[in-house]
Amino acid sequence: MENNWKKQNPIRKTKERIFLIFIFFCAIMAIIPLISVMGYVFLQGVSAINFDFFTKLPTPVGEQGGGMGNAIIGTIILTGIAAFVGLPIGVFGGIWLAQFGDGKRGFFIRYSADVLSSIPTIVIGIFAYVLIVLMMKRFSAIAGGFALGIIMIPTVIRTTEEMIKMVPRTLYEAGLALGIPEWKVTMRIVFRTAWSGIFTGIMLSIARIGGETAPLIFTAFNSPYWSFKVDQPMASMTVTIYNYAISPFSDWHAKAWAGSLVLISIILAVTLIVRKFSKRVRYG
Amino acid sequence: MREKAIHEINKGQNIGDVSFKLITFLFALTVPLLLLSIIFVLVKQSWLSIYTFGFNFVVNTTWDPLMDNYGALPFIYGTLVSSFLALLIAVPLGLGCAIYLSEVSQSKFKEYLAVMVELLAAIPSVIYGLWGIFVLGPWLAGSVQPFLKMTLGFLPIFQGSPSGLSLMSGGVILAIMILPTITAISREVIQAVPHNLRESAMALGATKWETVKLAVFGPAMSGIIGAIILGLGRALGETMAVTMIIGNRPQISASLFAPSYTLASVIANEFAEAVSDMNLSVLIELALILLLITLFVNGLARIFIWKTIGKNKIR
Amino acid sequence: MLKKMLLVLLSLVFVSGAAMAVDLSGAGATFPYPIYSKWISDYSKATGNKINYQPIGSGGGIRQFTSGIVDFGGSDAPMTNDEISKAGGDILHIPTVMGAVSVVYNLPGIKGLKLDANSLAGIFLGNIKMWNDDAIAKLNPSANLPNKAITVAHRSDGSGTTDIFTNYLAKVSTGWASKVGAGKAVNWPVGVGGKGNSGVAGVVKVNEGAIGYVELSYAMENNLSVISLKNRAGYYVIPSLDSTSASADGALSKIPSDFRADLTNAPGKNSYPIVGMTWLLVHKNQKDTAKGKTLVDFLKWSLTDGQKYAADLYYAPLPKSLQSKVLKTINTITY
Repeated sequence: MENNWKKQNPIRKTKERIFLIFIFFCAIMAIIPLISVMGYVFLQGVSAINFDFFTKLPTPVGEQGGGMGNAIIGTIILTGIAAFVGLPIGVFGGIWLAQFGDGKRGFFIRYSADVLSSIPTIVIGIFAYVLIVLMMKRFSAIAGGFALGIIMIPTVIRTTEEMIKMVPRTLYEAGLALGIPEWKVTMRIVFRTAWSGIFTGIMLSIARIGGETAPLIFTAFNSPYWSFKVDQPMASMTVTIYNYAISPFSDWHAKAWAGSLVLISIILAVTLIVRKFSKRVRYG
Repeated sequence: MREKAIHEINKGQNIGDVSFKLITFLFALTVPLLLLSIIFVLVKQSWLSIYTFGFNFVVNTTWDPLMDNYGALPFIYGTLVSSFLALLIAVPLGLGCAIYLSEVSQSKFKEYLAVMVELLAAIPSVIYGLWGIFVLGPWLAGSVQPFLKMTLGFLPIFQGSPSGLSLMSGGVILAIMILPTITAISREVIQAVPHNLRESAMALGATKWETVKLAVFGPAMSGIIGAIILGLGRALGETMAVTMIIGNRPQISASLFAPSYTLASVIANEFAEAVSDMNLSVLIELALILLLITLFVNGLARIFIWKTIGKNKIR
Repeated sequence: MLKKMLLVLLSLVFVSGAAMAVDLSGAGATFPYPIYSKWISDYSKATGNKINYQPIGSGGGIRQFTSGIVDFGGSDAPMTNDEISKAGGDILHIPTVMGAVSVVYNLPGIKGLKLDANSLAGIFLGNIKMWNDDAIAKLNPSANLPNKAITVAHRSDGSGTTDIFTNYLAKVSTGWASKVGAGKAVNWPVGVGGKGNSGVAGVVKVNEGAIGYVELSYAMENNLSVISLKNRAGYYVIPSLDSTSASADGALSKIPSDFRADLTNAPGKNSYPIVGMTWLLVHKNQKDTAKGKTLVDFLKWSLTDGQKYAADLYYAPLPKSLQSKVLKTINTITY
């Protein structure tokens, strides 16, 4: 059967060839910048990584040692606050859009999420500044986390909605047929099925905010000390990296690259670990 | 006849369903509320500029912070062209990569590869910018642009002297930055298409390409469009990496080799040092204009989808 | 899994006992950030007082200082009278260090290129387009200037460095003064914009035939060739700590009592013409006694002990006579 149609339909065979070549080409084109950027970061930064990097505070130019311990913790805390703000809105909002959002209200909400995703992150930082920093009369991790949370929302809400909509109706109907209340069907069956895809959306948005600098400069500010209080300025890896990268000094540059390497590695580690524990469920 | 939504068939009367619907709705409602608040703050802060310059602001091409003479047109041009170029590159590449990862690749490592592509999203913008200045820019100026000039130089977009700091560099780096979003989400959506559709196509003797075209694209289209819109959003609003590589020259030039400037870049560049209240107000107005462009582009996208794919699939 | 992660994060959030209290916060100029972070670190070791200064930009620093969100500001350009009255009127400008703005270029094999005011202005105005232009060749008869286009690199972000550079050009070139003017951000006739000193340095480093202006530290650390500029007295001087200090000495008599001075184009045969000061902005009447005490102590330390760290980081310390005047002003701060 295989040989027959190939002899009879050279056009289809050619199309298939072109398709496969194109797909391979795409995969390679996506890998090349990845290797280039990661390789560049690795080469520039690996020499400055040592145990001190994770445990010590930043030192001024020229002084040996020192690290980004406070910034690493700060980034984790800020990401936590952002997730606290962005995930409930994104996930529950996405569920509403998927289940109940076919009308005008759904259209308007979906549209708003898309527009929100194109606002430059510095403008969102300015918004958080006006709303929180000016009110509290000081920079704080809350303001920074809030800004990051807003940035997360469009990706999470869109992904959640799309993944839930991909779940076949048969699953819903089976659940309902068993007499389970609708909301339980949604959460326990449908949501669980869509979880892998939703999780990708969440990790994508966390990766995105992990690399954001501009919205933090006027909200969380940054700090050279250990900082855990959320109503005070908080150190972050991205702002510290930025400050180092724009300086003229090579030892600070090396630390900036090292910081980037650590940042990417942390996100890589978290993604891989959590993926391992959440199995992909077949849709049927 | 439109297929009935689940909640229309099974009108949940119990308290669980009613409160679930309400709670999720409230969460969803915060999104437009946030957007409206942001617009409100932007309008308030830019009122001075709107009042002073009026509509001329949109068509003026001067940018003089000293004389307080401002115009938005060069930035609008730069934003639209760089984002369009980014989509032109990233959509086919991203989709192709997504299809590779979900349909074509047999390798055990594709899961790790997928994660690596997503990781591109985590790289701080400033690092992209630095890599752009030292690696991408020189490569474009040294190899790609001269090649384009030699082969397609009769086109105005490929004229002028090659430069690493150019509209092209801005577009390419944006493409790389939005690639993870498009790839990752498209991949998830494609993998979520029920296998029975694929199997039916293959049972009928379809090639891989035909299977994808017939069985996968249809159901997955909504999600793919969503991924593209998110990618476009990122491209329109990206600041740091673009400003380090686009040349930051407020001018409108037909050539892709020429330096340019985007709305997001000028806001990021001048905000921290804004010399006067008017300067600040003008920058916020640019943010507002970017928002309007987004509204417009998204609206166009939705109309396009509605017309070509049908009312049922995209709501 | 996610729930567990969230719980851990939330509990971290409430563990605030180990956090250090910061005594003072400041924000502003990026140019002095390296030395301010050095001062803050050493001062903290000596006295235990903690200060947090972030380089968000001079304009940002002024705005945060005016809104009272930070205790002091840092700026490479002095506040205008308008800005001072908005901030409460009782603002003191405390000069801390000085720096030279070097003009850097990328022409492999050509060292020690000389330019004067007219040719420099001509290049940045776009009137002189090629490296082997007569105006440049005349000043550099022995140099083998290539037939290459000049790529001008300037700042895309508002900056004190631009302020100093354009102030100089406006003083020495009527063409520049009328066509462009001086300020932190101007309408550049030609050229590409780099973000920050590092952006301009990057542009010049990577592009042959490029010329730009950066703070001295960026020129030195990036191994960029610097231009010998003709000063007011007619001598060609390269930017260095010595020529910066010479400039300050030359301009000493012109510095007003509130220290808001423009040091460009100073007299003196060793003076480098493009130099500037950077200031810390403080309130004369400190509302908080503890903060005021720490601030005054820190300022005094910076103006005495701190000055010795300047040279290593490419800043010129303040001339001794200026130092004593500034210390007197610091003593007038009440708290």
